[in-house]
Amino acid sequence: MLNALKTIQEQAAQSLAAVSDPKLLEELRVRYLGKKGELTAILKQMGSLSAEERPKVGQLANEVRTAIEQLIDQKAAEIKLAVQQKKLESEHLDVTMPGKAMPLGKAHPLTKVLDEVKEIFLGMGFSIAEGPEVELDYYNFEALNIPKNHPARDTQDTFYISDNVVLRTQTSPVQVRTMEKQKPPIRIIAPGRVYRSDAVDATHSPLFHQIEGLVVDKDVTMADLKGTLEMFVKRLYGEESVVRFRPHHFPFTEPSAELDVQCFSCHGEGCRLCKGEGWIEVLGCGMVHPNVLSICGIDPEEYSGFAFGIGLERIVMRRYNIDDLRLFYENDVRFLDQF
Amino acid sequence: MNLSMKWLSDYVDVGHVTPREFAEAMTMSGSKVEGWEQEGSEIRNVVVGKVAEIVRHPDSDHMFICQIDVGTGENVQIVTGAQNVHAGDFVPAALHDSDLPGGKHIKKGKLRGVESNGMLCSLSELGLTVHDFPYAIEDGIFIIQEPDLKPGQDIQSAIGLDDICVEFEITSNRPDCLSVTGLAREAAITFDRPLNIKAPVIRKTEGDIHSLLGVDVTAPDLCPRYVARMVKNIKIGPSPRWMRERLRASGVRPINNIVDITNYVMLEYGQPMHAFDYKFVDGGKIIVRRAHEGETLETLDGVQRTLTPDMLVIADVKKPSAVAGVMGGEYSGIADDTNTIVFESACFNGSSVRTTAKKLGMRTEASGRFEKQLDPETCIPAVERACELVELLEAGEVVGGMIDVDHSSRQERRIPLEPDWINRFIGIDVPVEEMHRILTRLECKIDGDDVIPPSFRSDLEHKADISEEIARFYGYDKIPVTAIRGVANGKYTPEQKFERSINRILQAQGLYEVSTYSFISPKYYDKINLPADSSYRNCVVISNPLGEDTSVMRTTIVPSMLEVLSRNYNNRNKAAALYEIGNVYIPKSGEPLPEENPMVVMGMYGEEHDFFSLKGIVEMLLEVLGIEGCEFTAKKDHPTFHPGRCAAIRIGGTSLGEIGEIHPTVLENYAVGTRAYVACLDMKAMFQTITPEKGYRPLPKFPASTRDLALLCDDALPVAELQKTIKTAVGAILEEIRLFDVYRGAQVETGKKSVAYNLVLRAADRTLTDEEADAAVKRALKALKSIGAEIRS
Repeated sequence: MLNALKTIQEQAAQSLAAVSDPKLLEELRVRYLGKKGELTAILKQMGSLSAEERPKVGQLANEVRTAIEQLIDQKAAEIKLAVQQKKLESEHLDVTMPGKAMPLGKAHPLTKVLDEVKEIFLGMGFSIAEGPEVELDYYNFEALNIPKNHPARDTQDTFYISDNVVLRTQTSPVQVRTMEKQKPPIRIIAPGRVYRSDAVDATHSPLFHQIEGLVVDKDVTMADLKGTLEMFVKRLYGEESVVRFRPHHFPFTEPSAELDVQCFSCHGEGCRLCKGEGWIEVLGCGMVHPNVLSICGIDPEEYSGFAFGIGLERIVMRRYNIDDLRLFYENDVRFLDQF
Repeated sequence: MNLSMKWLSDYVDVGHVTPREFAEAMTMSGSKVEGWEQEGSEIRNVVVGKVAEIVRHPDSDHMFICQIDVGTGENVQIVTGAQNVHAGDFVPAALHDSDLPGGKHIKKGKLRGVESNGMLCSLSELGLTVHDFPYAIEDGIFIIQEPDLKPGQDIQSAIGLDDICVEFEITSNRPDCLSVTGLAREAAITFDRPLNIKAPVIRKTEGDIHSLLGVDVTAPDLCPRYVARMVKNIKIGPSPRWMRERLRASGVRPINNIVDITNYVMLEYGQPMHAFDYKFVDGGKIIVRRAHEGETLETLDGVQRTLTPDMLVIADVKKPSAVAGVMGGEYSGIADDTNTIVFESACFNGSSVRTTAKKLGMRTEASGRFEKQLDPETCIPAVERACELVELLEAGEVVGGMIDVDHSSRQERRIPLEPDWINRFIGIDVPVEEMHRILTRLECKIDGDDVIPPSFRSDLEHKADISEEIARFYGYDKIPVTAIRGVANGKYTPEQKFERSINRILQAQGLYEVSTYSFISPKYYDKINLPADSSYRNCVVISNPLGEDTSVMRTTIVPSMLEVLSRNYNNRNKAAALYEIGNVYIPKSGEPLPEENPMVVMGMYGEEHDFFSLKGIVEMLLEVLGIEGCEFTAKKDHPTFHPGRCAAIRIGGTSLGEIGEIHPTVLENYAVGTRAYVACLDMKAMFQTITPEKGYRPLPKFPASTRDLALLCDDALPVAELQKTIKTAVGAILEEIRLFDVYRGAQVETGKKSVAYNLVLRAADRTLTDEEADAAVKRALKALKSIGAEIRS
């Protein structure tokens, strides 16, 4: 009987080795281990054995069962793997075929960069203020220290609705409106559309966007202005950016400055991109003129502040090397798709 | 402002710095340099040559073969076609391998078989004109007549083409820097060098101006000061080379000695000057008065100008001869036969000059200066400088005496000097002594705790102005960099967040954002078919538009979207799906400013787009924004849209906007040759109808029953009616209702349609029985029958 068991084990091993079909494997399992299988048939004869032989045979029978079971499991795993392998091979794709995407629209490049600018200033604690585009002359000019017939009005060719109503030429009137409504501390940016009567060409548009900024509090200094705007430029253009503040003149700030960033292309040596200057103008800024604070009902002896104005188109054009302003307002989808 | 560095060196010595260092330092102290140019830098290897020998070309009847002495001991042979060259002449010789302005390169070659080792140059080939060298001729070789010429000498040094010209951008508050002396003052402080401005000296005078001329200023408000001096026995001729060179470097064309002197003084002192021919001053009297209504004057540019009484003129007893501060008259100008002149050095009201120049459409160099309000104190030194130059140039004899009609009120301005405040304001720590030093060099007086600025610095009014003077000479770059103190909470407002959501949702659905002009043409209202009495036509009108296309502020954003769709269609883009959030500007009666309302406009064309794809986007937008219970109802009378394919979108009683296929006529107006779809939503109205955010709803614990309904009804019955009826009839257990088929055709009667719904029914607290579900369907069918829909058998 012991021999018979060993024979079964050998036979099973032999027949299993050749199997590759899962159906055949199942047949073999039934043949050797099933209720009517060969092993069961032998175990059924156990009763005819002597008391000494029975445990030996029993033990061997169990060993043989376990061994065959292991072989079958192992084979089953092999077969499964082989089947899967075959399936995987048959399912191979040309992965270089184009992907299928849900259609996805895109933000206008001006919005895309504006959102970035907003995030930078939100992170520095600025809120976002708004004001009308059709604006009173008072807010656009007079409250900003630019009386009628001031020569500074010449540099901003204005669209007039009536004697007292203009299309705002700058976002600065939002400064005044904010200061009228809100007591310091004030920390806002005011992005928006501005209008100047410039005929359309590659670098001029009668409509463009500015981002105004205003900070008013006790003891705000020009050093704070430098710190804030330098941080902005580094966030926008990268930590390695080199900036300089250069004296300038705006009627509603004093002292006034323009911020230049060192040319990314020539690093200050002068090249075509920066028109040989080595620097590229980014924004205008300055300490809020005490007259402006007074006009808005804020005591310049108690408070001080700074303001700045950024031309959005200019920074977007630089970001993407866009050389024609008109592209922004033509809205060709082949242009819009690039951002 | 173009500055000649040679001229600047009369007043301050900055020879120790390179042009680049000069430009950088001046820029950083507040006088922005736009660029600089070395004169003659385009010219290379061109020398002074002396014509040693000249013979006719054997094979040409118009060319000559010249042997040119260029100082090397060996003559150079050059062939020329010019007819004005003679032996012994000094000429500009461009040698083999030389460069001329405009990128012209000269190499040796053969002309009709004769070797030519370069080229003799004309004025224009050197980038010059006869205004620069009046003794030369235009079409011929430039025969140089200058002292101390040496063969072989660089042409630049021989003819004074060796100046450096620096271009400044001067801000409107600093008219004093629109002059050589003003910039010299800034340079002297910037480089800490002495400033060398001397008062002009007139050596000899004859007679007395008062016996020849009277000046009457009848409009002192417009002319705070009028100063005149006279010169007689004028000898009109070209001015000397040094003056012509400096004028040229400053971008001013030399004319003749008297005109050049007035321009020279304007550039040097910043004071525009005018010279009249005395013989045209009728009655020997200059009257500075307002123009008479309708008075005319032919200005120097030959244009007849009609004047108005708000303009100031310089006149004699009979007629006006100049528009004050703007331009002189044609007849009174300096001519070759001028014998006696009057120099006018005046100060006019800046605003008045500005308005006059603008009205007459003639901005001149003088008006650009006067409108910035010049310093009345400069009138006298300027006129004296002009007389000094007359003597220097031997252009005439200065008449004794001076007429000075001075109505200017020159109050001494006192500004408190508060060093602590300045240091705190700027964030620096500059000692008081240093502040005194800077201010003194700026020619401010320090009197106790006050600063008294010089008369030419009318921009200094406030202690903040003083702080800027300190800051710019201390150095903006030395001001520390600090962070703003205090905490602040930067955040978006709910409206701003709402707008951001709209952007996100629409982009996620495949729409590209566009940006269009806020102004449109009033004709666009016709293009979108609006009737003549449409309220949209009442809009904010720009009084000085660039053109009709951008002349009114839009009251609807639809034309802007159609423009963009049209442009894309005509650029042959196969499809476009776009949106914009943009304002419309609605006039409000009784208010100076219009209401500015943000609108969300969507537009699309192309194969994969139709009414329902756009509607799907709108529905998804509204759903994600949390705007529930919107209704779309057919709108047949919107003139812009297809009458059978347009819906009004409303929620309760509030209109949110409309959606539709664009009317074929409108498409034609926009040259769009395919169907296009536009939806427009009012952002404010949408924001006001958001349903407050809902809490969490537990997942269902009990199974749902589903039922399908196939209905037959009139084709005209909107499915929204069916759906509403089913919802009401089934009640709370209706979890979901989905339209899955609409059929018209052979299987149904003409004029009818078959509509199939799938209903999901569920109770929150129990398993719904089949009986309950069937009862619900029965209720629905009963209600549907009452509106004319029956179950399809």
